[in-house]
Amino acid sequence: MSATLNRIGLPRDAYKGAATTLCAGCGHNSITNHLIKALYELGIEPHRLAKMSGIGCSSKTPAYFVEAAHGFNGVHGRMPALTTGAQLANRQLIMLGVSGDGDTASIGLGQFMHMIRRNIDCTYIIEDNGTYGLTKGQFSATADLGSVQKKGAVNTFQPIDPCAVALTLGCSFVARSFSGDGKQVVPLIKAAIAHRGTAVLDIISPCVTFNDHDGSTKSYSWVKDHEESIADVSFIPFYEEVHVDYEPGTIRDVELHDGSHILLKKLGEDHDPSDRRGAMHVLEEGRSAGHLVTGLLYLDTTMEDFATTEHIPERPLKDLGEDELRLTPDQFASFISEFA
Amino acid sequence: MGEGIRDELTEQIINDLTIQAATVNGSGSQTANLVLTRAIFHMGIPVAPKNVFPSNIEGLPTWYQLRVTPEGHMARSDKVDILVAFNVATWREDLKTVRRGGVVIHEEAFSTADVRSDVVYYPVPFAKLAKSKIQSDTLRKQLANMIYVGVVGGLLGIPWEALEHAVRRQFLSKPKAVQVNLDAIKIGLDHWQDNFSKQDPYRLEPMTGAVDGRVLVEGNQAAAIGALMGGVTVVAWYPITPSSSLCENLIAYADRFRIDPKTGERRISVVQAEDELAAVGMAIGAGWAGARAMTSTSGPGISLMAEFAGLAYYAEVPVVIFDIQRIGPSTGLPTRTSQADVGFAFTLSHGDTKHIVLLPGTVEECYEFARDAFDHADRFQTPVFVLSDLDLGMNLWMTPEFKYPDKPFDRGKVLSKADLERLAGDWGRYRDVDGDGVPYRTLPGTDHPAAGYFTRGSGHDEFARYTESAEVYQQNMDRLALKLETARAALPSPVVDETARSAVGLIAFGSTHAAVVEARESLAAANRPVDYLRLRALPLASEVVEFVSRHERVYVVEQNRDGQVYDLVRLAVPAHLVDRVKSIRHYNGQPIPAAAITQPLLESEAVPA
Repeated sequence: MSATLNRIGLPRDAYKGAATTLCAGCGHNSITNHLIKALYELGIEPHRLAKMSGIGCSSKTPAYFVEAAHGFNGVHGRMPALTTGAQLANRQLIMLGVSGDGDTASIGLGQFMHMIRRNIDCTYIIEDNGTYGLTKGQFSATADLGSVQKKGAVNTFQPIDPCAVALTLGCSFVARSFSGDGKQVVPLIKAAIAHRGTAVLDIISPCVTFNDHDGSTKSYSWVKDHEESIADVSFIPFYEEVHVDYEPGTIRDVELHDGSHILLKKLGEDHDPSDRRGAMHVLEEGRSAGHLVTGLLYLDTTMEDFATTEHIPERPLKDLGEDELRLTPDQFASFISEFA
Repeated sequence: MGEGIRDELTEQIINDLTIQAATVNGSGSQTANLVLTRAIFHMGIPVAPKNVFPSNIEGLPTWYQLRVTPEGHMARSDKVDILVAFNVATWREDLKTVRRGGVVIHEEAFSTADVRSDVVYYPVPFAKLAKSKIQSDTLRKQLANMIYVGVVGGLLGIPWEALEHAVRRQFLSKPKAVQVNLDAIKIGLDHWQDNFSKQDPYRLEPMTGAVDGRVLVEGNQAAAIGALMGGVTVVAWYPITPSSSLCENLIAYADRFRIDPKTGERRISVVQAEDELAAVGMAIGAGWAGARAMTSTSGPGISLMAEFAGLAYYAEVPVVIFDIQRIGPSTGLPTRTSQADVGFAFTLSHGDTKHIVLLPGTVEECYEFARDAFDHADRFQTPVFVLSDLDLGMNLWMTPEFKYPDKPFDRGKVLSKADLERLAGDWGRYRDVDGDGVPYRTLPGTDHPAAGYFTRGSGHDEFARYTESAEVYQQNMDRLALKLETARAALPSPVVDETARSAVGLIAFGSTHAAVVEARESLAAANRPVDYLRLRALPLASEVVEFVSRHERVYVVEQNRDGQVYDLVRLAVPAHLVDRVKSIRHYNGQPIPAAAITQPLLESEAVPA
């Protein structure tokens, strides 16, 4: 039996990586599977993908998908800097950053914010479990106030909400989801990749070993009980035609940079994803009501990404030769004589 | 004029003098200083300017030393011949620095009660002249400094044509400013001619041949030109004195030479990062993706870059890091020079880390080493540090015009799609195929199923796979050591001058070179000639050990407190030679003068009575 091939002729297995070394049941493993599905279905060419990460459980995961792609597991909290440099060096690369809540909201908060400020073209996935797994269960900066550690300690600090931070900074794509909700995560990943600019996707991803107990607000049971999706998300890639039957006024259709479409089907109160203040309001309402709001919170397809604003060539910079980079001998002689 | 001094002034002193202008920061004095420098240079006379400035925007004292010698000495002089005293706050202290028989041009309003009687005074009412003769209220403060240029021009006999040339050159991009500045100079020149007769021996006379083919370039400008010609395509930086002007000049040059006139494409990407961690991280990310990438910083920035430097070393990513050294530790003296990062930069990061460090000793080498640093980084897939300093980087130096590069870029061992097809995918990112410790790499975006690999700072095997194997770790570290050995032989070799055939040798590097050149001349004149090895890179070349073995005593001269390179030399030589290695250190933040070498050397070499 031959495997089903995607539009570029690759089987789903071509999007797999090394076997995971994370704990059985880790939310991150689900996200890895969602990534494999999304990348396979999109027909992403593995050689164009650059998988970037920092340090932590989450940052190990790029080894577990698309083995043939290049990846860079850098230093703690500094994935945005490496990603920025790589993206400017080669705009043909599809930058996919995978980070954790420690990596993003503690040590790397500054770089996270500055990447957004520059609108670097990159998908930035936060595998958010509110805890430090590799160092055995300390609170991270996204842990909710009053959240309880496995050993009983209570978190006394306000959480840093990566989505609220991203919205405040004018991030061009902000979404939140849950690792157990593949139906929502997969189209959001696809949309984030199709988007040109920094796309922040904060995915609550329970840590089964240290933070999956009563008293945690990042456990499977808490999220399942409290998740409130603002809209059903579906994604139509640029190479497929949009033909969906829906009643007028029930669906929002947003076209992305590459001609793909994201379709949002209203669930409860209507949320317009082009309304940044509205998105802040939705987050704040959810927080005070004790809900986890998920879905596409904000999207701006008009903002230019950094490399476009800077007029960086579409060609990889590695392909520029002496003739394009050096002054000619005449130019050089004339330039140096200016210093006489 | 004191009694007795006049008799000492029978001989004229021509083209051999040091002018020190003591002014106020932010008052426009630097423009006046540069005009004076360019005017004298235009007369064909060698100049060596040194700007000593405070970490301040406006109001604190600043000094500009302009040394003129027929021989073209470029080290700082420790004697002032002509003081231009423009700053009342430092006037009394400045006066003490003038040599006996020297000249003092000062604001007439300064108190002259109890001043020295062994110097010649020319009091000038600068403030009154500015007020009565400069019409523009907004420009008066700036132009007042230009009046002193006219007075010095009169005093030393600088031709008007030279002054005019200098002003036009200084205001190349602001031609409207030329006339007002020339008018201000004329005010000073007229005042000199109308009020003074010459009471001192100092004169300037045009020379021929002494500065032919020379230009005046700052080390940071030279490094920026080098980076441009070296093909830099990604620059990530964070402003810090004294390195900022490197990237600022590079940006200005890129605006002229790297924008495609047809498409508007910028063939360089420059990011002002949020800090030095991000700056070096961006450069490493770009280097990983195949760009020629750099950052530029100074001591505090180097400290912040330590972790990333280790990643680039261990994951083997090319990147060029400029360190324009200033005084530390900590914030230190941000606007004073030093060579005290050399030991730190060489082993920057935790664990067993060692880097290639280039040590330019002239502005010409700032250009060449900056250009070639990108080849070394690509060739050896590792960070390359270029260590300049404030003296070299921020002062103008006379230099032969730079040579056009005579070879294409060396992109190192990069496998293309075709290479991978030829190898049928039999390839390991960290495998030592050639026995030189340098593996082959692929760049992201290479369209071959075997091209991709996972770059990581954690333990990895030949195929870049994660491993905690003791054996694999050790083999990999040994290969990295072998790679640095390979690099050692390819880096700029020391410049050795043993023409003195002396039992005594000097070892120096970087901006100390200028003082060594002068010290050797004066030692030779005193019948104590010394040999010289100028170090141009780390790790130390084998020539260093050979040089020590050929001399009975070798003094390592450097601008830091702890003798950082002295330590490296002692570690490198065999045990029986260790005691031959001596140390001369200068670390007060001022550029090293020749006397800081000759005096301790002569003391140490003196035969006990």
